[in-house]
Amino acid sequence: MFEALSYESLQAYWWFIIALLGGILVFMMFVQGGQTLLGKLSSNEDEKTVLINLFGHKWEITFTTLVVFGGAFFASFPLFYSTSFGGAYYVWMIILFAFIIQAVSYEYRKKKNNFLGAKTYETFLFINGVIAPVFLGAAVSTFFTGSQFSVDKSRIVNMKSNVEAVISQWETPWHGLEAIWTTQHLAFLQNLALGLALFFLARVIALLYVKKMVADENILNKAQKCLKRNSILFLIFFLFWTVRLLFIDGFAIDAETGKVFMAPYKYLHNLLEMPLVLILLLIGVVSVLWGIYTGIFKNKTNAFWFVGVGTVLTVMAVFFIAAFNHTAYYPSTYDLQSSITLANSASSKFTLVVMSYVSLMVPFVLAYIIWAWKSMDNHKISIKEIKQEEIKY
Amino acid sequence: MEHIDWSLVNWSRAQFALTALYHWIFVPLTLGLSFMLAIMETIYVKTGDEKWLKIEKFWLKIFGINFAIGVATGIILEFEFGTNWSNYSWFVGDIFGAPLAIEGIMAFFMESTFIAIMFFGWNKVSKKAHLISTWLVAIGSNLSALWILVANGWMQNPVGMEFNPDTMRNEMHNFLDVLFNPVAVNKFIHTITSAYTFSALFVIAVSAWLIIKNRDKTYAKYSMLVASVFGFVAIMATIITGDGSAKQVAKYQPMKLAAMEGLKKGSRGAPLIAIGTPKIRKDKNLIESISDDLKGANQDEVEVTGFEIPYGLSILAFNDPNAFVPGVDDLVYGNKEENIPSYKERIASGRIAINALAAYKKAKKAGDDMEAGKQLKTFKAHFKDFGYGYFDGKDMKELVPPVAITFLSFHTMVILGTWFLVFFVLIYLAVMKNNIEKKKWLLRLGILGMPLGLAAQELGWITAEAGRMPWVIQDLMPTMVASSHIETSGVILTFFLFLIVFTALLIAEVKIMLTTIKNGFSN
Repeated sequence: MFEALSYESLQAYWWFIIALLGGILVFMMFVQGGQTLLGKLSSNEDEKTVLINLFGHKWEITFTTLVVFGGAFFASFPLFYSTSFGGAYYVWMIILFAFIIQAVSYEYRKKKNNFLGAKTYETFLFINGVIAPVFLGAAVSTFFTGSQFSVDKSRIVNMKSNVEAVISQWETPWHGLEAIWTTQHLAFLQNLALGLALFFLARVIALLYVKKMVADENILNKAQKCLKRNSILFLIFFLFWTVRLLFIDGFAIDAETGKVFMAPYKYLHNLLEMPLVLILLLIGVVSVLWGIYTGIFKNKTNAFWFVGVGTVLTVMAVFFIAAFNHTAYYPSTYDLQSSITLANSASSKFTLVVMSYVSLMVPFVLAYIIWAWKSMDNHKISIKEIKQEEIKY
Repeated sequence: MEHIDWSLVNWSRAQFALTALYHWIFVPLTLGLSFMLAIMETIYVKTGDEKWLKIEKFWLKIFGINFAIGVATGIILEFEFGTNWSNYSWFVGDIFGAPLAIEGIMAFFMESTFIAIMFFGWNKVSKKAHLISTWLVAIGSNLSALWILVANGWMQNPVGMEFNPDTMRNEMHNFLDVLFNPVAVNKFIHTITSAYTFSALFVIAVSAWLIIKNRDKTYAKYSMLVASVFGFVAIMATIITGDGSAKQVAKYQPMKLAAMEGLKKGSRGAPLIAIGTPKIRKDKNLIESISDDLKGANQDEVEVTGFEIPYGLSILAFNDPNAFVPGVDDLVYGNKEENIPSYKERIASGRIAINALAAYKKAKKAGDDMEAGKQLKTFKAHFKDFGYGYFDGKDMKELVPPVAITFLSFHTMVILGTWFLVFFVLIYLAVMKNNIEKKKWLLRLGILGMPLGLAAQELGWITAEAGRMPWVIQDLMPTMVASSHIETSGVILTFFLFLIVFTALLIAEVKIMLTTIKNGFSN
C-alpha cells in the first residue's frame, strides 16, 4: 500500500503524523497548565488533592506523547533530530529536566517520608508547568525565525578531529538559548510570544477541564475568574505571533535548484497557496475561540473539547505552514543552505514505508485512549469522592 | 583522527552510562512486577478471594513508587541519542530511530493509558476490564523493552542495512532482519527474564523481611510462593539465553568475548575461567588494574589467573572442544594460521574506505561520474572496516575494551545467576513445607537477594556495553566519532545535574518504599 507512494508523499505523510503528534502534545499540555494553577484554584489541602488527582490521572499521556513525538521525529526526520537536539543542547536539557522532576512529583508528593517534602514536589510541578509550554513554544517558533547552525554531511569523512567530523554544528555557544534574545528581525519577540501563548493556552484548557470535571463550588468559582484573565493573555500573545508570522520573510526553497532563499510574506503565501491548510487553521482558531467564549459566558462543559480539538487543528496547520509548499521547516540563519527541509532530513523511502505501516496502529491507540479516558472521566470528582479512594495521589 | 577531544567523548559516555545505570535500577522491577501483579489479580478474579486483592494492592503501591522514577530516568535516554550523540543520530538514524518510534506508538501509549486504570480505575471499570488493563500494562512495559533491545542488538550486530554514500548514512534495507537480528532476539529474552528474576528476588526480600518482623506472614508467604516459581522459571530462561548470548558474542564480537574471559592469547580447546582475577601487570593489584582500565591504559597487556575448566571456552563459544577462540593478541596483532587480520590491516583498509568516500563525494560534486564510480567500488570493497579507519593505529589500546571491568562484571554476574537458581529452589521448598519461618538464615539470604539481584542486572549491562568499546556500532562507528559538537563544560554541567537529581530522587524512592513496606499489607 505505502510502497506505491512517492518518496515526497511519504515525507509529507510523516510530516502529517509529526504535526498530529505535535497538536495532541500541545492540547495535552493542559496538564502542565493545571500544575501552574494548583495554588490559585485551591484554598485548602482537600481542594489541592482534588486538583492533583484530576491532572495526575492524565500526566502520563502528555509525557508519552512528548516521548513519541521525539521518537517519531528521530525515525522520520533524523537530520532534524541530530541537528536540533545535538545543537540546541541547553534548551532540550532544560525541557528534559523539567519532565524528569514532573514524573515523580505526583506519586511522591503525598507519600510519607518522601525526603524532599510535599512543597518541593509541588514546586517541581509548577516548574514543569511553566518550562514545558514556554520552551517548547519558543522552540517551535524557531521553525519560522531560524537558528544558527551549519550542516555538512561530508564532514563525517573529515579526519582532523572528532569535533570537526560532526555533521551538524551549532554556531553559538548558547546552544539554543539565544532564541530568546536574538534581536535580528525581532526573532526573540516572536519566539517568546509563542512560548507565552502556549503557556496561557495550557492554563485555559486546564481551567476548562476543571470546569468540566470538578464538582466543588469553591474551585469552580476560582476557575471562572482565572479563565477570563488567562484567555485574554492567551489571545494577545497568540494573535501577535500569528499576525506577525503572516508579514515576516520566510525560508523558501527554490523548486528548480533546491536552494533556500528568503521570500517576503512566505507564510502568508503558504496559507493562500494551500487553501486546505487555511481552512484547517480557520476551523482550528474558530473552534478555540468558540470554546473559550462558551466556557466563559455559557458555562458549557464541552468547551474543553472545542478548545482541545481546535488546538490540535491549529497546531497541525502551523506545522504544515512551516514545511509544505517548498518551505525549509528548520531554517538556519547562519547558513541558509544548511537549512533543514523535508527532503534533506527524511529517512530513506524504505524506512518511511515501514514506519507508515506502523502508523496504522495510531487509530487503535487513539481508540483505547478514548475508551480509557471515558471510563476514568465518567463522572465529576469531588472532595468526598477523593477522600473515599484507597489509591490516590 | 589526528586530534580527539577525549574529554568531550568521555564525559558524554559518562553521562550516558550514568543515566542508563540509574534507569536500569528501576526498570527490571517494573518489567517483572507488572506480570506478577497481573498473575495475582488473575487469581483474585478467578477465585474471588479477597486475600489476593490485598496482596495485589500492596504490590501495586510498590510498583507505582518504582514506576514513577523509572519514567523519570527513562525520558532522558531517548533524547540523549540526539543531544550527546548527534553524529550517531544521523549516521544510523534511518535504522535506529524506527524501533524507538515503534516503542512509543506500540508500547508507551499502552502502558501509560492503562496504568491510570490499573491504579485509579478500581471503582470505575468492571473487574474484568481492570484485569485486562493490568495485563496490558505488563505487556506494554515488556513490549517497550523489546523495541529498545532490538535497537541495542542492532548496535552490537548491525544487519539489514546498507551505506548510502549520497546521504552519508546507513539505511535500512530489511526490517525483518533488524527485528529478528539473532543478537536482538536473544538479548531481549535474556534481559527481560533477568529482570523477572530480579523482581522475584525483590518480592522475596520484602516478604522475608515481613516474616522476620512477624508481620503479615500469610500474605508474605503467598507472595513468596508466586515469586519463587516465577523466579525459577525466569532464571532458567536467563541461563539458557545467556549461553546463547555468549555464542553470539563469539561470532559477532570476538574482542568482547576475549575481554569477558580475559583471554590474552587464543588457542584451540581454550579453557574457561570459572573463577579468577584479572591482572594487567604483575606489579599491580586488582584495584590498580581496574583504575588503569577506566583510564584506558594497558588493556592489551591483560592477564587473568584463576580456576580453569579445560576446553570450556571453546565449547561455550562454538559447541566444539577443539574450536579456536581468539584472544586479545590474536585480534590486535592478527593470526595468519587462523586467518585473522590484524587491527593494523583493518585500520589501513578502513582508511581506504574513508578516503574513497571523500573522493567519491568530491567527484560527484565535480560531475565526474567515472571517477565517482571507481571510488565507490573501492569504498564498497573496504566498507566492512570503515570504522577502523578513524583510528591512527599508534596506540592499539584504543581498540581494546576495558578488560578488567568486563571480566569482573561478567564473571560476578554468572556466579550470582547460578546462586539465584539454587536460591529459588530453597525458597520454594521451604514455603511448600511451611517451615520458612524457622529458617532465619534463608530469610536473611532472601533480604540479601535484592541488592545482589540488582548488582547482577547492572553488571550484565556493564559487560555488554563496556565490552563493546570502542564501538558505538560494531566495526562501523567508534564512540569518538559519534558525539555532538558541544562544549565539554556543558556536558560536565548536565552530568552533575543528573547525578544530583537522580540521587535525590533515588533517596526519596528508597525512603518511600521502605515506609510502605514497613506499613505492610494490613495498612
